[in-house]
Amino acid sequence: MFFDPLKNIYVPVLAGEYTEAECNGRSIYTINGKEYDECSFCRASCPSRELFKEPDSDLPLKCDMCEERSPGEEPLCVQWCINDALTYEEREEEGEEEGKLKEMEVGLESLVKKYGAKTVRDTLARIAKAKD
Amino acid sequence: MRYAETGVNLEIDLSRGSIEREATDPRLTELHLGGLGTNAKILWDRVPPEVDPFSPDNLLIFSTGLLGGTAAPGGNRTIVSTVSPQTLLMAYSMMGGFFAPELKYAGYDKIIIKGKSPSLVYLWVNGDKVEIRDASHLRGKGALETAELIRQELKEPKAQVAAIGLAGENRVLYSSIEQGRSSASRGGMGTVMGDKGLKAIAVRGKKDLNIARPGEFMKLCNEVLKYIEFRRDNPIKGVPPILAGLGSPQEMAIYDEKWHTTNFSWGNARIRRKDFWTEETEKKWREIQEKAVERLVSCYNCPMKCGAVISHSVLGVSKYMMKCYSKLTYVMAAMTDDLEFGFEIAGRAQEYGVDGYTTPQVMAFAVELYENGILTDQDLPGFPSKNEERFFYLLDKIVRREGIGDVLANGVYRAARQIGKGAEAYDHNTIKKQEQIPIKLGMLNPIYYIMWATGEKVNITQIEGQLPQEPLPTKELREEFVRDWIQIPTGKEERFKRFVLEWGDEDKKLPFWPPIDLVCELVEWQETMHYIDDATGICAGLSSFPLKPPYHIHNLPHIISAAMGMDIDEGKLWEIAKRNRNLLRAVNVRRGLRRKDERPPEDHWRKRFPEFEAHVHDEYYKFKGWNKEGIPTKETLNKLGLDYVSQDLEQRGILTNEKG
Repeated sequence: MFFDPLKNIYVPVLAGEYTEAECNGRSIYTINGKEYDECSFCRASCPSRELFKEPDSDLPLKCDMCEERSPGEEPLCVQWCINDALTYEEREEEGEEEGKLKEMEVGLESLVKKYGAKTVRDTLARIAKAKD
Repeated sequence: MRYAETGVNLEIDLSRGSIEREATDPRLTELHLGGLGTNAKILWDRVPPEVDPFSPDNLLIFSTGLLGGTAAPGGNRTIVSTVSPQTLLMAYSMMGGFFAPELKYAGYDKIIIKGKSPSLVYLWVNGDKVEIRDASHLRGKGALETAELIRQELKEPKAQVAAIGLAGENRVLYSSIEQGRSSASRGGMGTVMGDKGLKAIAVRGKKDLNIARPGEFMKLCNEVLKYIEFRRDNPIKGVPPILAGLGSPQEMAIYDEKWHTTNFSWGNARIRRKDFWTEETEKKWREIQEKAVERLVSCYNCPMKCGAVISHSVLGVSKYMMKCYSKLTYVMAAMTDDLEFGFEIAGRAQEYGVDGYTTPQVMAFAVELYENGILTDQDLPGFPSKNEERFFYLLDKIVRREGIGDVLANGVYRAARQIGKGAEAYDHNTIKKQEQIPIKLGMLNPIYYIMWATGEKVNITQIEGQLPQEPLPTKELREEFVRDWIQIPTGKEERFKRFVLEWGDEDKKLPFWPPIDLVCELVEWQETMHYIDDATGICAGLSSFPLKPPYHIHNLPHIISAAMGMDIDEGKLWEIAKRNRNLLRAVNVRRGLRRKDERPPEDHWRKRFPEFEAHVHDEYYKFKGWNKEGIPTKETLNKLGLDYVSQDLEQRGILTNEKG
């Protein structure tokens, strides 16, 4: 959360999916007479936002919903927010489950985007061979 | 590895422009915990009694507490300590907000400021990178304005800034250090900062803190949170609304001000207006407050919302944040019924950086002198006729030290003596040369007598707590109060509960009841809890101040142990608080504090009992292990491992071998 009460700025910091690059959409929205940058609402953990980096390692942060806790248990942020500004609810997933990529695939996909499918395939083959 | 604390202090010498990091001795944490405790140790070691508040050798210490910045709710207090230009004793003033946690994350437990800068500067603590920067362009700027300008200049909107205003620069003796929603106001902390040529400190930190046993620690913190929720749903019955909940009195959220307006004195601590609070007033004040309060705000890691953003839409000042009784101090001192005036002048005063307790009283004192012909039109050229306008007039003069403002800037005690012509008689609400909350009551209360007289804080709200201030009205309410009163120290349960159950009964009335030994124990409990908070940096609003707080002597030892890895129990924690209490007293004794200084104002109670008071006073000193002058005895000091203190006091002839 970044906030400045005297300027009436309250921007939640959301740690969503990691994106490899900044986007181009930077529309300005006006809500209750106050202007907000589109970035304010974006969940993406994006390279343009230092707020999303773990200070020591500089690695991008992503919310894991306190995965060490037992399933169904509220994440700590919700539990500690006794004023109920944060709440936890499970939602039905819209869209198709199968369309979701697994973690490794996300990584590979971005490598393919960056280096092209052929290079990635060749490199993989080379590494696999060396390990045999 | 150091746990909960960073183990590093930042040493700044403004005369030489030097910046050093000093690793601290973990043994001192074991003895004093941190915060006020280690501040007192540093002042004892490094600021001998010959050092004047305005000497370059006086230190100004900004300290976090041991639990500051950890997950412990309300661990956000900054404990500022120095030799006060008002009392000439060691003073400490504390502020909430976000400064202390940020300082911990920057990697430091304390910033220790020494020397004097030849030109106005500010300090920029950005993690490992620390700079002394020019502040000449900030001269004369308001405290909040300065904070904003610094954040812009550093391009660091998340920097926490503590700054002084014009008053501090001009060494008004009761200048504050402002930090947004909170300030270190009492004792002239801002005055010493201004004297050192330091306009502000900006801090930004991104490091982590280590916790010795994190799992256990989080569990304990969760229990604290649960109790806060419990108390929110179960306000104390039988006490005024502003005292029923946790936090500092909820004066931003609650409109019912009957308790303050009818119990505290108006003007120059003169008149009690017992019939002031009417339905009509409540309606009018509610309307003004609803307009002025834009939203309620919290400090770092705290679910309470004691503060508020005061909106400028209805006022002639910029937006600012306020909390607690400052809503009323100017209103009541000016004898006005206009709450809007209060919101307006408090905003101006915050930019100037002056103490919201002392300042209104100095101005009410000046108005009274004028009305009694001691100050004349010559002293106050163009003095307006309305009190509200007079207050703005005086405030502007004081912070600039213009004309009579130069005298009034020295506080009531000194101004009365400078003005002469009988002005001393109007100085009737100071203790140890410092203005007190304007309370003038009927019957002597021996518990409060001791706290007003002997508290090192010289400010009752940071000494009292835990106990109802009046007998609870009915037998049922008393029984309900003591039923789940878990906060009482071990072994005292029965005695303290009986006190609440019996207080107010036909033959159980003040001042000759309760028995003196119980008076001493009740006072010690109240002040001990404050000494613990002031070392841990936990806000008194969740701990030592309100009734039935979530932090108490039973869970604090576990929380501290889990955080720092040293195992302490209730007895050990009590002993640490006692050590800190005695060390602080020794610092002040060495600076000349004696029994004659320990007197509540003559008219504090209408009914006084000089012989009885002297007797209670004697007994309290004895109970504390102090001699008749209030000096801790050699035995007391040595038992607490403060042998070096008793030796020093002996060498100076302050302690002699004679008994008593």
